[in-house]
Amino acid sequence: MFSRLRGDFPILDVRVGESPLSYLDSGATSQKPQCVIDTFVEYYAQRNAAVHRGAHSLAVEATDAFENGRIAVAGLVGGTPEQVCWTKNATEALNIVAMGIDRASRGFGGEAAQRFALGPEDSIVITEMEHHANLVPWQQLAASTGAQLRWLPVTDSGELDLSELESIVDETTKVLAFTHVSNVLGTINPVEMLVARARAVGAYVVLDACQSVPHMPVDFTVLDVDFAAFSAHKALGPTGLGVLWGKSELLDALPPVLTGGSMITTVAMEDSEFMPAPQRFEAGTQPVAEVAAFATAVGYLAEVGLQDVFDHERELGRLLLDGIAEIPGIRVLGDAAERIGTVAFDVDGVHAHDVGQYLDSQGVAVRVGHHCAQPLHRRFGVTASTRASTYLYNTAEDCRRFLTALAEVRPFFGVA
Amino acid sequence: MSTQMQQLYQQVILDQSRARTGNTALLRDEATGRHGCSHQVNPTCGDEIELEIELLDDGRIAVRWSGDGCSISMASASVLSELAADASVDQMLQIESAFHELMHSRGTMEADETILGDAAAFTGVSKFPARIKCALLAWMAFKDALNQAQAAREENHHA
Repeated sequence: MFSRLRGDFPILDVRVGESPLSYLDSGATSQKPQCVIDTFVEYYAQRNAAVHRGAHSLAVEATDAFENGRIAVAGLVGGTPEQVCWTKNATEALNIVAMGIDRASRGFGGEAAQRFALGPEDSIVITEMEHHANLVPWQQLAASTGAQLRWLPVTDSGELDLSELESIVDETTKVLAFTHVSNVLGTINPVEMLVARARAVGAYVVLDACQSVPHMPVDFTVLDVDFAAFSAHKALGPTGLGVLWGKSELLDALPPVLTGGSMITTVAMEDSEFMPAPQRFEAGTQPVAEVAAFATAVGYLAEVGLQDVFDHERELGRLLLDGIAEIPGIRVLGDAAERIGTVAFDVDGVHAHDVGQYLDSQGVAVRVGHHCAQPLHRRFGVTASTRASTYLYNTAEDCRRFLTALAEVRPFFGVA
Repeated sequence: MSTQMQQLYQQVILDQSRARTGNTALLRDEATGRHGCSHQVNPTCGDEIELEIELLDDGRIAVRWSGDGCSISMASASVLSELAADASVDQMLQIESAFHELMHSRGTMEADETILGDAAAFTGVSKFPARIKCALLAWMAFKDALNQAQAAREENHHA
Protein backbone atom coordinates (compact mmCIF):
# COMPACT_ATOMS: atom_id res chain seq x y z
CA MET A 1 0.00 0.00 0.00
CA PHE A 2 2.71 2.45 0.98
CA SER A 3 4.48 2.45 -2.38
CA ARG A 4 1.17 3.58 -3.90
CA LEU A 5 0.92 6.55 -1.54
CA ARG A 6 4.05 8.01 -3.08
CA GLY A 7 2.06 9.08 -6.12
CA ASP A 8 -0.07 11.35 -3.91
CA PHE A 9 2.95 13.58 -3.26
CA PRO A 10 3.83 15.55 -6.41
CA ILE A 11 7.09 16.93 -5.02
CA LEU A 12 8.59 13.45 -4.82
CA ASP A 13 8.82 13.50 -8.64
CA VAL A 14 11.15 16.51 -8.55
CA ARG A 15 14.65 15.70 -9.72
CA VAL A 16 17.77 16.88 -7.92
CA GLY A 17 20.21 17.59 -10.74
CA GLU A 18 20.34 14.28 -12.60
CA SER A 19 19.06 12.18 -9.69
CA PRO A 20 15.59 11.27 -8.53
CA LEU A 21 14.73 12.59 -5.06
CA SER A 22 14.86 10.42 -1.96
CA TYR A 23 13.43 12.69 0.72
CA LEU A 24 14.62 11.55 4.14
CA ASP A 25 14.11 14.81 6.01
CA SER A 26 10.51 14.52 7.17
CA GLY A 27 11.62 15.03 10.76
CA ALA A 28 12.27 18.63 9.72
CA THR A 29 9.17 19.03 7.58
CA SER A 30 6.93 16.61 5.76
CA GLN A 31 5.87 16.79 2.13
CA LYS A 32 2.21 17.41 1.28
CA PRO A 33 -0.21 15.18 -0.61
CA GLN A 34 -2.08 16.72 -3.55
CA CYS A 35 -5.37 16.70 -1.59
CA VAL A 36 -3.86 19.02 1.04
CA ILE A 37 -2.53 21.37 -1.62
CA ASP A 38 -5.95 21.29 -3.30
CA THR A 39 -7.77 22.22 -0.09
CA PHE A 40 -5.47 25.18 0.38
CA VAL A 41 -6.09 26.45 -3.14
CA GLU A 42 -9.81 25.68 -2.99
CA TYR A 43 -10.18 27.61 0.25
CA TYR A 44 -8.85 30.80 -1.30
CA ALA A 45 -10.68 30.19 -4.58
CA GLN A 46 -14.07 29.50 -3.05
CA ARG A 47 -14.44 29.99 0.69
CA ASN A 48 -12.18 32.75 1.94
CA ALA A 49 -13.73 35.14 4.49
CA ALA A 50 -13.18 36.36 8.04
CA VAL A 51 -14.15 33.72 10.58
CA HIS A 52 -16.32 34.19 13.67
CA ARG A 53 -17.81 37.44 12.42
CA GLY A 54 -20.00 38.73 9.64
CA ALA A 55 -23.36 37.28 8.74
CA HIS A 56 -22.71 36.50 5.09
CA SER A 57 -22.58 33.03 3.58
CA LEU A 58 -18.87 32.98 2.89
CA ALA A 59 -18.12 33.90 6.50
CA VAL A 60 -20.22 30.94 7.63
CA GLU A 61 -18.37 28.60 5.25
CA ALA A 62 -14.98 29.89 6.34
CA THR A 63 -15.95 29.54 10.02
CA ASP A 64 -17.08 25.96 9.35
CA ALA A 65 -13.79 25.13 7.68
CA PHE A 66 -11.93 26.63 10.62
CA GLU A 67 -13.93 24.85 13.32
CA ASN A 68 -14.01 21.56 11.43
CA GLY A 69 -10.22 21.61 11.68
CA ARG A 70 -10.54 21.51 15.45
CA ILE A 71 -12.92 18.58 15.24
CA ALA A 72 -10.51 16.74 12.96
CA VAL A 73 -7.55 17.31 15.29
CA ALA A 74 -9.56 16.26 18.37
CA GLY A 75 -10.40 13.08 16.45
CA LEU A 76 -6.68 12.54 15.84
CA VAL A 77 -5.25 13.17 19.32
CA GLY A 78 -8.24 12.82 21.65
CA GLY A 79 -10.25 15.26 23.73
CA THR A 80 -12.86 17.73 22.57
CA PRO A 81 -12.51 20.41 19.88
CA GLU A 82 -12.38 23.09 22.62
CA GLN A 83 -9.13 21.55 23.80
CA VAL A 84 -7.47 22.32 20.46
CA CYS A 85 -5.97 25.82 20.26
CA TRP A 86 -4.38 27.05 17.03
CA THR A 87 -0.93 28.57 17.23
CA LYS A 88 1.67 29.70 14.74
CA ASN A 89 3.73 26.57 15.37
CA ALA A 90 4.64 24.12 18.13
CA THR A 91 7.28 26.51 19.44
CA GLU A 92 4.62 29.14 20.01
CA ALA A 93 2.38 26.57 21.69
CA LEU A 94 5.13 25.67 24.17
CA ASN A 95 5.90 29.35 24.76
CA ILE A 96 2.21 30.06 25.46
CA VAL A 97 2.36 27.54 28.31
CA ALA A 98 5.71 28.73 29.69
CA MET A 99 4.87 32.42 29.36
CA GLY A 100 1.34 31.84 30.69
CA ILE A 101 2.86 30.28 33.80
CA ASP A 102 5.19 33.26 34.03
CA ARG A 103 2.22 35.63 33.95
CA ALA A 104 0.40 33.55 36.54
CA SER A 105 3.51 33.82 38.72
CA ARG A 106 3.19 37.61 38.48
CA GLY A 107 -0.42 37.59 39.63
CA PHE A 108 -2.16 37.68 36.25
CA GLY A 109 -5.23 35.55 35.70
CA GLY A 110 -6.72 35.93 39.17
CA GLU A 111 -7.18 33.15 41.63
CA ALA A 112 -7.74 30.44 39.03
CA ALA A 113 -4.25 31.01 37.63
CA GLN A 114 -2.53 30.80 41.02
CA ARG A 115 -2.30 27.02 40.64
CA PHE A 116 0.43 27.71 38.06
CA ALA A 117 2.38 30.28 40.07
CA LEU A 118 6.09 29.51 40.44
CA GLY A 119 8.65 30.89 42.85
CA PRO A 120 12.25 30.29 43.95
CA GLU A 121 11.22 27.32 46.06
CA ASP A 122 9.84 25.47 43.01
CA SER A 123 11.50 23.50 40.24
CA ILE A 124 10.91 22.90 36.53
CA VAL A 125 12.14 19.61 35.07
CA ILE A 126 13.02 19.03 31.42
CA THR A 127 15.33 16.50 29.74
CA GLU A 128 18.73 16.55 28.06
CA MET A 129 17.19 15.38 24.77
CA GLU A 130 14.83 18.32 24.25
CA HIS A 131 14.54 20.31 21.06
CA HIS A 132 15.46 23.92 21.85
CA ALA A 133 11.75 24.77 21.54
CA ASN A 134 11.02 22.74 24.68
CA LEU A 135 14.17 23.89 26.46
CA VAL A 136 14.77 27.61 26.02
CA PRO A 137 11.23 28.70 27.09
CA TRP A 138 11.70 26.79 30.37
CA GLN A 139 15.12 28.37 30.91
CA GLN A 140 13.44 31.72 30.43
CA LEU A 141 10.64 30.82 32.85
CA ALA A 142 13.18 29.69 35.46
CA ALA A 143 15.18 32.90 35.05
CA SER A 144 12.04 34.97 35.32
CA THR A 145 10.50 33.30 38.37
CA GLY A 146 13.60 32.17 40.22
CA ALA A 147 12.46 28.55 39.98
CA GLN A 148 15.19 25.94 39.66
CA LEU A 149 15.69 24.28 36.26
CA ARG A 150 16.56 20.59 36.41
CA TRP A 151 16.84 17.95 33.76
CA LEU A 152 16.74 14.20 33.32
CA PRO A 153 19.99 13.02 31.70
CA VAL A 154 20.31 10.76 28.65
CA THR A 155 22.03 7.35 28.65
CA ASP A 156 24.55 6.13 26.06
CA SER A 157 21.73 4.18 24.44
CA GLY A 158 19.87 7.44 23.86
CA GLU A 159 17.16 6.85 26.42
CA LEU A 160 16.15 8.96 29.38
CA ASP A 161 18.11 8.01 32.47
CA LEU A 162 15.32 7.55 35.03
CA SER A 163 17.53 6.13 37.80
CA GLU A 164 17.33 9.45 39.66
CA LEU A 165 13.76 10.24 38.60
CA GLU A 166 12.45 10.43 42.16
CA SER A 167 15.09 12.90 43.33
CA ILE A 168 15.00 15.05 40.17
CA VAL A 169 11.21 15.19 39.98
CA ASP A 170 10.38 15.83 43.62
CA GLU A 171 7.86 17.71 45.76
CA THR A 172 9.23 21.05 44.54
CA THR A 173 8.52 20.21 40.88
CA LYS A 174 5.65 22.15 39.38
CA VAL A 175 6.28 21.46 35.68
CA LEU A 176 7.65 18.39 33.94
CA ALA A 177 8.18 19.12 30.24
CA PHE A 178 9.58 16.48 27.90
CA THR A 179 9.47 15.23 24.37
CA HIS A 180 7.40 12.19 23.43
CA VAL A 181 9.89 11.21 20.71
CA SER A 182 13.42 12.58 20.31
CA ASN A 183 13.73 14.54 17.07
CA VAL A 184 17.38 13.42 16.80
CA LEU A 185 17.55 9.87 18.15
CA GLY A 186 14.02 8.75 17.35
CA THR A 187 13.71 7.36 20.90
CA ILE A 188 10.14 6.99 22.16
CA ASN A 189 10.02 8.07 25.80
CA PRO A 190 8.02 6.24 28.49
CA VAL A 191 5.28 8.85 28.90
CA GLU A 192 3.25 6.76 31.36
CA MET A 193 6.13 6.43 33.82
CA LEU A 194 6.92 10.14 33.70
CA VAL A 195 3.28 11.17 34.02
CA ALA A 196 2.89 8.84 37.01
CA ARG A 197 5.84 10.51 38.75
CA ALA A 198 4.48 13.98 37.93
CA ARG A 199 1.10 13.01 39.38
CA ALA A 200 2.74 11.71 42.54
CA VAL A 201 4.32 15.12 43.20
CA GLY A 202 1.54 17.28 41.75
CA ALA A 203 3.48 18.62 38.75
CA TYR A 204 1.91 19.64 35.45
CA VAL A 205 3.00 17.64 32.41
CA VAL A 206 3.84 19.39 29.13
CA LEU A 207 4.43 17.04 26.21
CA ASP A 208 6.29 17.97 23.03
CA ALA A 209 4.49 15.72 20.56
CA CYS A 210 6.01 17.08 17.34
CA GLN A 211 7.71 13.82 16.43
CA SER A 212 5.02 11.46 17.72
CA VAL A 213 1.68 12.74 16.41
CA PRO A 214 2.70 12.50 12.72
CA HIS A 215 4.17 9.01 13.06
CA MET A 216 2.17 6.91 15.54
CA PRO A 217 -1.23 6.67 17.20
CA VAL A 218 -1.32 9.21 20.04
CA ASP A 219 -4.18 9.95 22.43
CA PHE A 220 -3.40 12.73 24.88
CA THR A 221 -6.35 11.80 27.09
CA VAL A 222 -5.01 8.24 27.48
CA LEU A 223 -1.48 9.55 28.12
CA ASP A 224 -3.09 11.90 30.67
CA VAL A 225 -0.80 14.83 29.91
CA ASP A 226 -1.88 18.35 30.88
CA PHE A 227 -0.59 20.23 27.84
CA ALA A 228 0.77 19.05 24.51
CA ALA A 229 2.17 20.76 21.43
CA PHE A 230 2.76 19.74 17.84
CA SER A 231 2.95 21.30 14.40
CA ALA A 232 0.88 20.78 11.26
CA HIS A 233 3.76 20.91 8.81
CA LYS A 234 5.42 17.76 10.15
CA ALA A 235 2.11 15.88 9.73
CA LEU A 236 1.43 16.47 6.00
CA GLY A 237 -0.08 19.89 6.71
CA PRO A 238 1.02 23.43 5.88
CA THR A 239 3.60 25.57 7.66
CA GLY A 240 2.45 28.43 9.90
CA LEU A 241 0.14 26.29 12.01
CA GLY A 242 0.68 24.58 15.34
CA VAL A 243 -1.54 23.10 18.00
CA LEU A 244 -1.65 23.70 21.72
CA TRP A 245 -3.72 20.94 23.30
CA GLY A 246 -4.63 21.07 26.96
CA LYS A 247 -7.06 19.94 29.62
CA SER A 248 -9.95 22.37 29.44
CA GLU A 249 -9.87 23.35 33.10
CA LEU A 250 -6.18 24.24 32.79
CA LEU A 251 -6.46 26.02 29.46
CA ASP A 252 -9.28 28.16 30.83
CA ALA A 253 -7.15 29.12 33.85
CA LEU A 254 -3.90 29.83 32.00
CA PRO A 255 -3.36 33.57 31.43
CA PRO A 256 -3.06 34.33 27.71
CA VAL A 257 0.11 35.93 26.39
CA LEU A 258 -1.18 37.43 23.16
CA THR A 259 -4.20 39.62 23.81
CA GLY A 260 -6.41 41.73 21.58
CA GLY A 261 -9.23 41.06 19.16
CA SER A 262 -11.22 37.83 18.96
CA MET A 263 -10.18 36.57 22.39
CA ILE A 264 -12.29 38.78 24.70
CA THR A 265 -15.84 38.70 26.04
CA THR A 266 -16.09 42.34 27.09
CA VAL A 267 -13.69 45.24 26.85
CA ALA A 268 -13.95 48.41 28.90
CA MET A 269 -11.41 51.22 28.86
CA GLU A 270 -10.04 50.03 32.22
CA ASP A 271 -9.90 46.27 31.72
CA SER A 272 -11.16 43.29 29.76
CA GLU A 273 -12.44 39.78 30.23
CA PHE A 274 -11.16 36.88 28.20
CA MET A 275 -12.98 34.05 26.49
CA PRO A 276 -12.37 30.45 27.52
CA ALA A 277 -10.13 28.22 25.41
CA PRO A 278 -9.57 27.85 22.58
CA GLN A 279 -10.36 31.47 21.60
CA ARG A 280 -8.52 32.88 24.59
CA PHE A 281 -5.24 31.88 22.88
CA GLU A 282 -6.26 32.94 19.38
CA ALA A 283 -5.95 36.72 19.33
CA GLY A 284 -5.98 38.34 15.91
CA THR A 285 -6.67 36.92 12.47
CA GLN A 286 -6.03 33.20 12.28
CA PRO A 287 -4.46 31.03 9.52
CA VAL A 288 -7.79 29.73 8.22
CA ALA A 289 -6.58 28.25 4.92
CA GLU A 290 -3.86 26.41 6.84
CA VAL A 291 -6.42 24.98 9.24
CA ALA A 292 -8.63 23.83 6.37
CA ALA A 293 -5.65 22.18 4.64
CA PHE A 294 -4.51 20.56 7.88
CA ALA A 295 -7.97 19.06 8.38
CA THR A 296 -7.51 17.34 5.01
CA ALA A 297 -4.06 16.13 6.10
CA VAL A 298 -5.50 14.69 9.29
CA GLY A 299 -8.17 12.92 7.26
CA TYR A 300 -5.46 11.48 5.00
CA LEU A 301 -3.47 10.19 7.99
CA ALA A 302 -6.59 8.65 9.50
CA GLU A 303 -7.39 6.91 6.24
CA VAL A 304 -3.92 5.39 5.98
CA GLY A 305 -3.99 4.53 9.69
CA LEU A 306 -1.30 5.71 12.08
CA GLN A 307 -0.53 2.23 13.38
CA ASP A 308 0.30 1.20 9.80
CA VAL A 309 2.34 4.38 9.35
CA PHE A 310 4.27 3.52 12.50
CA ASP A 311 4.89 -0.09 11.43
CA HIS A 312 5.98 1.00 7.95
CA GLU A 313 8.47 3.51 9.32
CA ARG A 314 9.80 1.05 11.90
CA GLU A 315 10.58 -1.30 9.03
CA LEU A 316 12.36 1.46 7.08
CA GLY A 317 14.22 2.47 10.24
CA ARG A 318 15.37 -1.13 10.64
CA LEU A 319 16.66 -1.14 7.03
CA LEU A 320 18.58 2.07 7.73
CA LEU A 321 20.10 0.78 10.97
CA ASP A 322 21.07 -2.60 9.51
CA GLY A 323 22.55 -0.98 6.41
CA ILE A 324 24.51 1.64 8.35
CA ALA A 325 25.96 -1.09 10.59
CA GLU A 326 27.67 -2.56 7.53
CA ILE A 327 29.37 0.70 6.54
CA PRO A 328 32.70 1.25 8.31
CA GLY A 329 33.30 4.43 10.30
CA ILE A 330 29.71 5.34 11.11
CA ARG A 331 28.44 5.72 14.65
CA VAL A 332 24.70 5.82 15.19
CA LEU A 333 23.66 8.09 18.07
CA GLY A 334 21.64 6.03 20.52
CA ASP A 335 20.19 2.57 20.05
CA ALA A 336 16.89 2.64 21.90
CA ALA A 337 14.63 -0.32 21.25
CA GLU A 338 11.51 1.84 21.31
CA ARG A 339 11.93 4.19 18.38
CA ILE A 340 10.47 5.65 15.22
CA GLY A 341 12.14 5.45 11.80
CA THR A 342 14.62 8.25 12.48
CA VAL A 343 18.37 7.65 12.63
CA ALA A 344 21.09 10.19 13.49
CA PHE A 345 24.75 9.34 13.07
CA ASP A 346 28.32 10.61 13.03
CA VAL A 347 30.66 9.81 10.15
CA ASP A 348 34.23 9.39 11.34
CA GLY A 349 36.49 11.99 9.74
CA VAL A 350 33.75 13.75 7.76
CA HIS A 351 31.71 16.64 9.10
CA ALA A 352 27.91 16.30 8.91
CA HIS A 353 27.68 19.29 6.59
CA ASP A 354 29.95 17.53 4.09
CA VAL A 355 28.04 14.27 4.48
CA GLY A 356 24.78 16.05 3.67
CA GLN A 357 26.34 17.78 0.69
CA TYR A 358 27.54 14.49 -0.77
CA LEU A 359 24.18 12.78 -0.20
CA ASP A 360 22.45 15.73 -1.85
CA SER A 361 24.63 15.28 -4.93
CA GLN A 362 23.10 11.79 -5.15
CA GLY A 363 19.53 13.10 -4.73
CA VAL A 364 19.25 12.06 -1.08
CA ALA A 365 17.89 14.81 1.20
CA VAL A 366 18.84 14.53 4.88
CA ARG A 367 19.21 16.97 7.74
CA VAL A 368 22.64 18.00 9.00
CA GLY A 369 23.65 20.09 11.99
CA HIS A 370 22.54 20.03 15.61
CA HIS A 371 18.84 19.70 14.76
CA CYS A 372 18.02 22.32 17.39
CA ALA A 373 19.29 19.99 20.10
CA GLN A 374 22.76 21.23 21.03
CA PRO A 375 22.83 19.80 24.59
CA LEU A 376 21.96 16.34 23.25
CA HIS A 377 24.76 16.50 20.68
CA ARG A 378 27.18 17.65 23.36
CA ARG A 379 26.07 14.63 25.40
CA PHE A 380 27.21 12.39 22.53
CA GLY A 381 30.47 14.31 22.11
CA VAL A 382 29.67 15.87 18.73
CA THR A 383 28.62 19.34 17.60
CA ALA A 384 26.61 18.10 14.65
CA SER A 385 25.20 14.92 13.15
CA THR A 386 23.48 13.70 10.02
CA ARG A 387 19.87 12.57 10.37
CA ALA A 388 17.77 10.43 8.07
CA SER A 389 14.07 10.51 8.96
CA THR A 390 11.36 8.54 7.20
CA TYR A 391 7.67 9.05 6.61
CA LEU A 392 4.79 7.17 5.07
CA TYR A 393 5.80 8.03 1.49
CA ASN A 394 9.33 6.63 1.82
CA THR A 395 10.19 3.26 0.37
CA ALA A 396 12.87 0.61 0.78
CA GLU A 397 14.33 2.02 -2.44
CA ASP A 398 14.87 5.39 -0.70
CA CYS A 399 16.77 3.56 2.04
CA ARG A 400 18.89 1.66 -0.50
CA ARG A 401 19.78 4.87 -2.35
CA PHE A 402 20.69 6.50 0.95
CA LEU A 403 22.89 3.59 2.02
CA THR A 404 24.67 3.41 -1.34
CA ALA A 405 25.47 7.11 -1.22
CA LEU A 406 26.49 6.96 2.45
CA ALA A 407 28.98 4.16 1.73
CA GLU A 408 30.69 6.48 -0.79
CA VAL A 409 31.10 9.42 1.61
CA ARG A 410 34.31 8.48 3.45
CA PRO A 411 36.11 7.34 0.28
CA PHE A 412 35.12 10.62 -1.44
CA PHE A 413 36.60 12.69 1.36
CA GLY A 414 39.70 10.53 1.44
CA VAL A 415 39.27 9.16 4.95
CA ALA A 416 38.71 5.52 3.98
CA MET B 1 30.42 12.09 -9.66
CA SER B 2 28.74 15.33 -10.51
CA THR B 3 31.01 18.09 -11.71
CA GLN B 4 29.37 20.47 -9.23
CA MET B 5 30.66 18.31 -6.39
CA GLN B 6 34.13 18.35 -7.90
CA GLN B 7 33.95 22.12 -8.27
CA LEU B 8 32.88 22.44 -4.65
CA TYR B 9 35.37 20.03 -3.17
CA GLN B 10 38.54 21.02 -5.01
CA GLN B 11 41.56 18.93 -4.06
CA VAL B 12 43.06 22.04 -2.41
CA ILE B 13 40.04 22.18 -0.09
CA LEU B 14 40.16 18.50 0.79
CA ASP B 15 43.93 18.71 1.44
CA GLN B 16 43.72 21.93 3.45
CA SER B 17 40.81 20.65 5.54
CA ARG B 18 43.17 17.94 6.77
CA ALA B 19 46.33 20.09 6.94
CA ARG B 20 44.66 22.74 9.11
CA THR B 21 47.55 25.20 8.92
CA GLY B 22 47.44 27.66 11.82
CA ASN B 23 45.38 25.31 13.99
CA THR B 24 47.46 25.71 17.15
CA ALA B 25 46.92 26.74 20.74
CA LEU B 26 45.94 30.39 21.11
CA LEU B 27 48.33 32.61 23.09
CA ARG B 28 45.57 34.90 24.36
CA ASP B 29 47.02 37.32 26.92
CA GLU B 30 50.49 35.81 26.52
CA ALA B 31 50.83 37.28 23.05
CA THR B 32 53.52 39.96 23.09
CA GLY B 33 52.37 41.95 20.06
CA ARG B 34 49.06 43.81 19.79
CA HIS B 35 46.46 41.15 19.35
CA GLY B 36 42.79 40.51 18.92
CA CYS B 37 40.69 37.39 19.18
CA SER B 38 37.32 36.60 17.64
CA HIS B 39 34.91 33.73 18.18
CA GLN B 40 32.50 33.05 15.32
CA VAL B 41 29.71 30.51 15.23
CA ASN B 42 27.54 29.28 12.41
CA PRO B 43 24.26 28.86 14.29
CA THR B 44 22.71 26.59 11.67
CA CYS B 45 25.28 23.81 12.03
CA GLY B 46 27.19 24.67 15.18
CA ASP B 47 30.51 25.14 13.36
CA GLU B 48 32.77 27.41 15.30
CA ILE B 49 36.16 29.02 15.13
CA GLU B 50 38.20 31.11 17.50
CA LEU B 51 40.87 33.04 15.64
CA GLU B 52 43.66 35.13 17.05
CA ILE B 53 45.64 37.83 15.27
CA GLU B 54 48.92 39.23 16.48
CA LEU B 55 50.46 42.28 14.82
CA LEU B 56 54.21 41.70 14.83
CA ASP B 57 56.82 44.47 14.96
CA ASP B 58 58.10 43.70 11.47
CA GLY B 59 54.67 44.47 10.01
CA ARG B 60 53.72 40.80 9.65
CA ILE B 61 50.65 39.11 11.08
CA ALA B 62 50.61 35.93 13.12
CA VAL B 63 47.37 33.93 12.84
CA ARG B 64 46.38 31.12 15.18
CA TRP B 65 43.04 29.43 15.40
CA SER B 66 41.13 26.57 16.89
CA GLY B 67 37.84 25.35 15.64
CA ASP B 68 35.54 22.56 14.71
CA GLY B 69 33.56 22.40 11.54
CA CYS B 70 33.05 21.10 8.02
CA SER B 71 35.79 20.69 5.44
CA ILE B 72 34.94 24.03 3.81
CA SER B 73 35.22 26.03 7.04
CA MET B 74 38.38 24.27 8.21
CA ALA B 75 40.06 24.51 4.79
CA SER B 76 39.18 28.19 4.61
CA ALA B 77 40.83 28.87 7.98
CA SER B 78 43.86 26.88 6.87
CA VAL B 79 44.24 28.77 3.57
CA LEU B 80 43.74 32.08 5.38
CA SER B 81 46.60 31.19 7.74
CA GLU B 82 48.91 30.27 4.84
CA LEU B 83 48.13 33.51 3.04
CA ALA B 84 48.69 35.55 6.20
CA ALA B 85 52.17 34.12 6.58
CA ASP B 86 53.29 35.94 3.40
CA ALA B 87 51.13 39.04 3.39
CA SER B 88 50.95 42.48 4.93
CA VAL B 89 47.84 43.75 6.69
CA ASP B 90 46.84 45.72 3.59
CA GLN B 91 47.30 42.71 1.35
CA MET B 92 45.21 40.56 3.67
CA LEU B 93 42.43 43.14 3.66
CA GLN B 94 42.55 43.14 -0.14
CA ILE B 95 42.29 39.34 -0.19
CA GLU B 96 39.46 39.43 2.35
CA SER B 97 37.53 41.90 0.25
CA ALA B 98 38.06 39.91 -2.96
CA PHE B 99 37.11 36.68 -1.21
CA HIS B 100 33.95 38.20 0.23
CA GLU B 101 32.92 39.43 -3.20
CA LEU B 102 33.69 36.05 -4.78
CA MET B 103 31.62 34.17 -2.20
CA HIS B 104 28.59 36.34 -2.85
CA SER B 105 28.86 36.05 -6.64
CA ARG B 106 26.57 32.99 -6.91
CA GLY B 107 29.10 31.43 -9.25
CA THR B 108 29.13 34.33 -11.71
CA MET B 109 32.68 35.52 -10.98
CA GLU B 110 36.06 34.37 -12.15
CA ALA B 111 38.44 34.24 -9.20
CA ASP B 112 41.54 36.44 -9.46
CA GLU B 113 44.26 33.98 -8.49
CA THR B 114 46.94 36.67 -8.37
CA ILE B 115 45.12 38.21 -5.41
CA LEU B 116 43.45 35.15 -3.89
CA GLY B 117 46.10 32.47 -4.28
CA ASP B 118 44.76 29.16 -2.92
CA ALA B 119 41.60 30.93 -1.75
CA ALA B 120 40.57 30.88 -5.42
CA ALA B 121 39.82 27.18 -4.95
CA PHE B 122 36.65 28.19 -3.10
CA THR B 123 35.04 29.59 -6.26
CA GLY B 124 32.70 26.59 -6.49
CA VAL B 125 31.37 27.25 -2.98
CA SER B 126 29.63 30.41 -4.19
CA LYS B 127 27.15 28.23 -6.10
CA PHE B 128 26.02 26.64 -2.84
CA PRO B 129 24.26 29.35 -0.79
CA ALA B 130 24.09 27.08 2.28
CA ARG B 131 27.88 26.77 2.32
CA ILE B 132 28.99 30.39 1.81
CA LYS B 133 28.90 31.03 5.54
CA CYS B 134 31.21 28.03 6.03
CA ALA B 135 33.84 29.55 3.75
CA LEU B 136 33.47 33.01 5.29
CA LEU B 137 33.51 32.00 8.96
CA ALA B 138 37.30 32.23 9.40
CA TRP B 139 37.45 35.44 7.38
CA MET B 140 34.76 37.04 9.55
CA ALA B 141 36.81 36.10 12.61
CA PHE B 142 39.95 37.44 10.93
CA LYS B 143 38.40 40.81 10.21
CA ASP B 144 36.97 41.14 13.69
CA ALA B 145 40.24 40.10 15.38
CA LEU B 146 42.23 42.44 13.15
CA ASN B 147 40.00 45.37 14.09
CA GLN B 148 40.57 44.59 17.74
CA ALA B 149 44.34 44.31 17.28
CA GLN B 150 44.46 47.58 15.38
CA ALA B 151 42.32 49.29 18.01
CA ALA B 152 44.66 47.96 20.70
CA ARG B 153 47.64 49.37 18.79
CA GLU B 154 45.92 52.76 18.42
CA GLU B 155 45.25 52.87 22.12
CA ASN B 156 48.88 52.05 22.77
CA HIS B 157 50.05 54.90 20.52
CA HIS B 158 47.86 57.38 22.34
CA ALA B 159 48.72 56.11 25.77
